[in-house]
Amino acid sequence: MYRNILEYLEQTVRRVPDKAAYADERTSITFREVYDQSRAIGTYLYKQGIYKQPVVVFMKRQPKTIAAFFGVVYGGSFYVPIDEEMPHFRVELIFNNLDPRAVICDQDSLDSLAQYGYRGIVYLYDDIIKTEADDALLSDIRDRAIDTDPVYIVYTSGSTGIPKGIVGSHRAVIDYIESLSEVLEFSEDTIFGSQSPLYFDACLREIFGTAKFGAQTYLIPRSLFMFPLKLVEFLNEYKINTICWVVPALTMISSFKVLDKVVPQYLHTIAFVSEVFPIKQFNIWRKALPNARFVNLYGPTEATGICCYYKVDRDFAENEVLPIGRPLRNTEIILLDENNRIPPRGELGEICIRGTCLTHGYYNDMERTREVFVQNPLNDKYPELIYRTGDLGRINERGELIFVSRKDFQIKHMGHRIELGEIEANVNLIEGVHSACCVYDRESAMIALYYVGELSPGDVAAILKQKLPRYMMPNIIEALDRMPLTTNGKIDRAYLKEYTENKRKRR
Amino acid sequence: MNTLLRMLKGLHPDVDFETCETLIDDKILDSFDIITLVADINSEFDVTIPAEEIIPENFNSARALYALIERLSNED
Repeated sequence: MYRNILEYLEQTVRRVPDKAAYADERTSITFREVYDQSRAIGTYLYKQGIYKQPVVVFMKRQPKTIAAFFGVVYGGSFYVPIDEEMPHFRVELIFNNLDPRAVICDQDSLDSLAQYGYRGIVYLYDDIIKTEADDALLSDIRDRAIDTDPVYIVYTSGSTGIPKGIVGSHRAVIDYIESLSEVLEFSEDTIFGSQSPLYFDACLREIFGTAKFGAQTYLIPRSLFMFPLKLVEFLNEYKINTICWVVPALTMISSFKVLDKVVPQYLHTIAFVSEVFPIKQFNIWRKALPNARFVNLYGPTEATGICCYYKVDRDFAENEVLPIGRPLRNTEIILLDENNRIPPRGELGEICIRGTCLTHGYYNDMERTREVFVQNPLNDKYPELIYRTGDLGRINERGELIFVSRKDFQIKHMGHRIELGEIEANVNLIEGVHSACCVYDRESAMIALYYVGELSPGDVAAILKQKLPRYMMPNIIEALDRMPLTTNGKIDRAYLKEYTENKRKRR
Repeated sequence: MNTLLRMLKGLHPDVDFETCETLIDDKILDSFDIITLVADINSEFDVTIPAEEIIPENFNSARALYALIERLSNED
């Protein structure tokens, strides 16, 4: 029975201290180094009076950044990963919401930190790891820790334009890692190829899966996801056998017919998340790797990561969809209709999640937390929270859960969860823009932005690039003379959607 | 070349594609752009870019990309 995620690391460092835990093309860090450096960081932070609070880790995606995460947790605080690749404006909003007292930097990121208007304390990673670890102090911090204490905060898109910081606890992460590793059969032989940035919840399974099993994680350079042949060669060079990637990363490989030329020969576990895998592309993968295990994963950041899985166990025709299957152990999925009742089997309901996997909600935002972390409407006898995902699902004739669509304007684009409202909110802030509307054309996977204003599309694009993460940038930006309105005076999204579709067809 | 420049401009209206030589190195193009470009080049120029040509060197500038298209269409 684990109570603290550090127990994973402590158990493993006794067994395989000198094994490389986390690596990229240039550097790697062993379990002993992670252990020693993170205990030094924890000792240092606590002695500086930093305890039970968010500590920003502002470092690039590299192995030692993960040691900094562990270090913050050793000090009894919780880490907030931020990366220079995140746009300036977004980092500012995050600093606003978080109001952190301390930031850990490395030499490279130190200079860029100044531009965010942050005035608090800055610690240099390479300096603070020289601290001598204080065993008595660290064990005292641990004695006072509770398994519901936070481990991290990660930020996701929010429809008002303000990102939401999701607070994950030890207990939720442990529940997640224990259950997911049963399904994907992680072991000491697992070699992960990690695709996600470190500031998303997606990397939790690799970071803590590696710590628990004494496995190994390679941080794959982001640029390789543009060049599919090189990507597969990387998988082979480092003998990567397990991946949990967003669907577009996999379809890019299959649609460019890379698998005809080179096959990832060590890969035996292929899990995919974030959106529906087109069956045509999926079947190319399955044909190329007939003995591999393919698992469809589903879950919101608010429930720590993954809460449902489906191990592919039959053939699928091109007009079928892969189910999201069934909940992980110790998690329940409840479908609720508009009246908060369970719909008849086979009918649509909102996917709601019950279990230890629930995070604590949004940092410094009780109001938005209470909107979606709500009392289970099926229980009026004692307090019990469920998380309302806003996703609609139904149960198929085999008893498997199927994801159908979103309730609101949240979309999945290139593996990222995006609120169209957040893009619009940012466009509306631009001087010289009078109104704006974003629609998503699922067929072409393009975000289209329409606006009315004096600025040229090039100017709007240049300003937006300062504010939005790369993956949220609209793929089409067009100025309109006037915004189409419905009879109620609302922006006519349906019209703009159709307009975008027609545009695509004319191309 | 003009068709290609128009295509690129459609993806990033704020970038000067006639002079920029670091589209990949400076992370101006992302994986979505590459996918879109490969598909659009296929439909506009009737050229299929094979996987082994989808490498940074061929996408770093409009000029390099155009040279690739010319080379591939001459091979057909």
